[in-house]
Amino acid sequence: MILTDDEQRMRDGAEGPAVAAAMDLLVRYGQALDAERLCTVRNVAGTTTQPSPVKARLVAEGGWDRAFSIINLDADETLPIPPMAVPTCQLQQGFGPDSVGTVPYPPEFVELQTDGEAFVGARGVSVLATCTPYQVGNLPVRGEHCAWMESSAVVYANSVLGARTNCEGGASTGAASLTGRIPCWGNHHDAHRLGTHLVRVDTPVSEFRDWGLLGYAVGDVVQEARPVIVGDHALPDLTDLKHFGAAAASSGGVEMYHIVGVTPEAPTVAAAFGERRVPEPVVFGEAEKRAAYDRLNDQGSDTDVDFVLLGCPHASLEQIHDVARALDGRRLADGTQLWIMAPRALAVVAERSGHTAVIEAAGGRVLTDSCPAMSRAAPVGTRVFATDSAKQAHYLPAILGIQAWFGTTAECVDAAVTGRWRGELS
Amino acid sequence: MTGLRPAPARVVLRGRAVVPGVVTGEVLVSPETISGWGGIDPATGTITEARHPLAGVCFTGRILVFPGAKGSSGWSGFFQTTRLLGTAPIGMVFAVTTTKAALGAVVTRVPALADLDDDPVAVLRTGDRVRLDATAGVVELLEREGER
Repeated sequence: MILTDDEQRMRDGAEGPAVAAAMDLLVRYGQALDAERLCTVRNVAGTTTQPSPVKARLVAEGGWDRAFSIINLDADETLPIPPMAVPTCQLQQGFGPDSVGTVPYPPEFVELQTDGEAFVGARGVSVLATCTPYQVGNLPVRGEHCAWMESSAVVYANSVLGARTNCEGGASTGAASLTGRIPCWGNHHDAHRLGTHLVRVDTPVSEFRDWGLLGYAVGDVVQEARPVIVGDHALPDLTDLKHFGAAAASSGGVEMYHIVGVTPEAPTVAAAFGERRVPEPVVFGEAEKRAAYDRLNDQGSDTDVDFVLLGCPHASLEQIHDVARALDGRRLADGTQLWIMAPRALAVVAERSGHTAVIEAAGGRVLTDSCPAMSRAAPVGTRVFATDSAKQAHYLPAILGIQAWFGTTAECVDAAVTGRWRGELS
Repeated sequence: MTGLRPAPARVVLRGRAVVPGVVTGEVLVSPETISGWGGIDPATGTITEARHPLAGVCFTGRILVFPGAKGSSGWSGFFQTTRLLGTAPIGMVFAVTTTKAALGAVVTRVPALADLDDDPVAVLRTGDRVRLDATAGVVELLEREGER
């Protein structure tokens, strides 16, 4: 791999041992990808603070310098961690202080994470603490090279914003944050952003749930490839696109999609495919919609619901408002809990706007920073949960060993109020 | 089952070194892509995704052969954790290179090979004994499962 003089200097230790370790990791990673060079990035979204048993051990051994060195730089020894070289934000993490008393999450992890926030904050990291940094102030411009992790954020940044990032990991984002570099590979190149599959929507896709079903079906078909969507769909909003991308990145590994006439690199079908021949379409019709719905619901058999989880990826203000309206004047069933996960910055607005008070009056909670999947935590004794998120329905049964139901937000709220799942694909 | 039969032709797959190194061991073939985050348990080195054909199967100490990585960007971090906890596979062979799988192999620090001249998931079988020489870009079948 070709390094510039500056990159070689970093690798040789001119900016200290942590930067040298970062450059060493980037070179090993770049070689693993067969990348020719690194590219300059000025926007990093990664994770350092998320607690885990391994991290707790490393912090106990040598503080956060050690945890960052071993995990975020893949180094073998504890190195002093300097300030971030470029703007960097912390993505979603473990549960925070607002969860105490509601979420069965180790208090020592809450404390560890608070400590970690102080460590990275002092080094310039913005603790956004959300899987949706694009909702709360980190909005890269079109064409901006980034180093982001979190598959649902990566697919949003590439597809909706036209920024350029691969699906990075904890070590590559750690290294990028100290160097401002990432391997120039994959989504950073024009040719790797063009469509590979044409998907024709033959059944109406207009509501939030249907965007999740479409994404789940498309991800399963194209896996890591780049679908181009045309056909019978309404104009999606931020919330729909957030759901669609997260679903496609769960059933498959979609990092880039185009919706013709909607997303920035697909004004036309021809533009989405560039010089490539436009392939025969894959059809998303009634049968494919039904199949995606059935697959998302194949982990549910008991209709007694004890937990309803909303806000994956972290809820938009509209989603929180919708839930508040649906719960207004109602009361959750005994033994059933409802959590809606949100970025803390938006939770502040939701509280200020009165939505949170309505949700809490019904017995629900707006929670921040994390989610049950990230933190492996749901209400004690949860056996069956319901969600409006294809991503959570995909992952949570494996992570927590519980049954899942997937449906509309209204069906989920209904399940929280009645304690029964009555969802169906109309 | 293991009666006399002609020695099979030499089975050698050639590919691109993702992480250099040499290892000999038993293969675990995953017919489907693997999720790291939400798909494996690093504490036990097992695949946990309920919908996965290898749900409940342990990859520790084996050479993991799989089509590619899917799902969350936590992939590499989860496989890095298997190294830190001593539950890692001893090698990786995968068909499709993605950043998740490449970075995952780098931080697991095991010999890894990708972009092979034939589909490793179709050619190799769970229980096969192979020599993976990622530095030279080859994986060679030493003993076929059920034929030793």
